[in-house]
Amino acid sequence: MSITVKFFAGIRETLGRSEDILDFKGISCVADVWKTVTPAPLPPNTVVAVNQEYAALDQAVHDGDEVAFFPPVTGG
Amino acid sequence: MTVPVKLLAGAFDPWQELAAHQSANPGLRGKFGATAIFVGTLRDSSRGNPVSAMTLEHYPAMTRKHLERVVEDARRRWDVLDVLVIHRHGRLRPNDPIVLIAVWAAHRDAAFKACRYAIDELKTRAPFWKREEGEAGVRWVAPEE
Repeated sequence: MSITVKFFAGIRETLGRSEDILDFKGISCVADVWKTVTPAPLPPNTVVAVNQEYAALDQAVHDGDEVAFFPPVTGG
Repeated sequence: MTVPVKLLAGAFDPWQELAAHQSANPGLRGKFGATAIFVGTLRDSSRGNPVSAMTLEHYPAMTRKHLERVVEDARRRWDVLDVLVIHRHGRLRPNDPIVLIAVWAAHRDAAFKACRYAIDELKTRAPFWKREEGEAGVRWVAPEE
């Protein structure tokens, strides 16, 4: 009963870690995941992914999911 | 067919990669009349400030998934024979290639359009983040700079 949470780039640096493993209890959507990670507000323009697919903050999260928070992407 | 997406931690030579990919695909021989190529390279300045190095962070599982999907979408939308995408991660120096997109097709219109589509989609969909090092210190690059 756990959720893996990944942080990248500036969000990883601000939080000081790249991953959390959370107890699934009490979590129903992506926004709940962030609230469990930190009391700090979600930085503006943060992008979210659930199981490596882009997602919205109100998307449902299930046991075993991988949730990621990161700034807008800058590849290429 | 060989793997269409490569994520590399070390420097690469796009021209060698192109030659190797082409020779590893004998099915292309005699069939392609057009090859469109995009190579993105790290410049030594950004917005007028010198850049000494750049580190590309990425989300490996998600990067691969989305780059493979970009290749699939390009293949579905245009009549192309083969697509190759190579993207660096890790620390780069000015003049290092960052990305290579190559599209082989019978005709140039499909090759150009699919190549342009692939680089534009990569920039908005693939989870990479650039961190520049320069005289003013280190900073994360914002999209579309």
